[in-house]
Amino acid sequence: MKISINSFHKAFESRIRLGIMSALAVNDMLDFNTLKEYLDVTDGNLASHIKALEKEGFIDVKKSFVGKKPNTKYFMTNEGKKAFDNHLKALENLIRGVSE
Amino acid sequence: MKAEQDYIRDIAEMRSMMERSSKFLSLSGWAGIMAGIYALSGAFIAYRILYFNPDEIVYDTIKSGNLSFSLLKVMLLAITILVLALGTAIFLSYKKAGKRGEKLWNPIAKRLLINMAVPLTAGGILILILVSKGLIGLIAPFTLLFYGLALYNASKFTYEDIRVLGLVEIALGLVSSFYIGYGLIFWALGFGVAHIIYGIYMHYRYER
Repeated sequence: MKISINSFHKAFESRIRLGIMSALAVNDMLDFNTLKEYLDVTDGNLASHIKALEKEGFIDVKKSFVGKKPNTKYFMTNEGKKAFDNHLKALENLIRGVSE
Repeated sequence: MKAEQDYIRDIAEMRSMMERSSKFLSLSGWAGIMAGIYALSGAFIAYRILYFNPDEIVYDTIKSGNLSFSLLKVMLLAITILVLALGTAIFLSYKKAGKRGEKLWNPIAKRLLINMAVPLTAGGILILILVSKGLIGLIAPFTLLFYGLALYNASKFTYEDIRVLGLVEIALGLVSSFYIGYGLIFWALGFGVAHIIYGIYMHYRYER
């Protein structure tokens, strides 16, 4: 097989991280609880995956206040969008390669 | 390294997440069927029991005084149908969301509602104005038209199929504003028959 494994970023090895990126790819911004509901994971688990993606520079945080309650929203950075698109393309190529 | 099957599953899950997080998928086909049944019974009651069948744009008996009472009853009937249809839709969506392990109220539900509310509110206010001017014959065409616009708008945030239903309602609204005398029939077609057909289609396509 001549598929370049390099196009698979190691940040995307976890399915939860892929899920976070997928949800943020089609939404401008999502808050923590909404992400948690989509992914069906615990607070700590989600927080650690979010931190990892933040460290890669793939997602960023916007903090604001709703009344007096802090509200943290996450969005995908341009870099994250590029990495996600590349990953998706690589996956599609791989699957096409397999089926041919 | 992962196996090929893992990558295939990755991509399937990515697709599903992208759809789940951008579209409201808890709408039930049964909600359409029930709304259609309510609408058909409502149209029947309006026609056979309240003798409501305006055949001109300016419904002339409005001046004779007895219409205002019967009009009030028809509007009460219409509101009852609306509340029943909405209540059923919310209840069934709540059940379907629960089955899918999701909450009914989420950012997409909110986006869907806002996008429907704008054309519906504009249409509702316009219809109230028309009624106050005595243009009773335009109620049925305009409810169809604005409901169709709302559905068309909403289709971006839920099943795409709803766009077709929206176009059907818009077409029925336009045609019926030309044939005012058949307003009640077009209304029964749009809100009754079209909903039932759509509901059955959705039920067989997505819920079985």
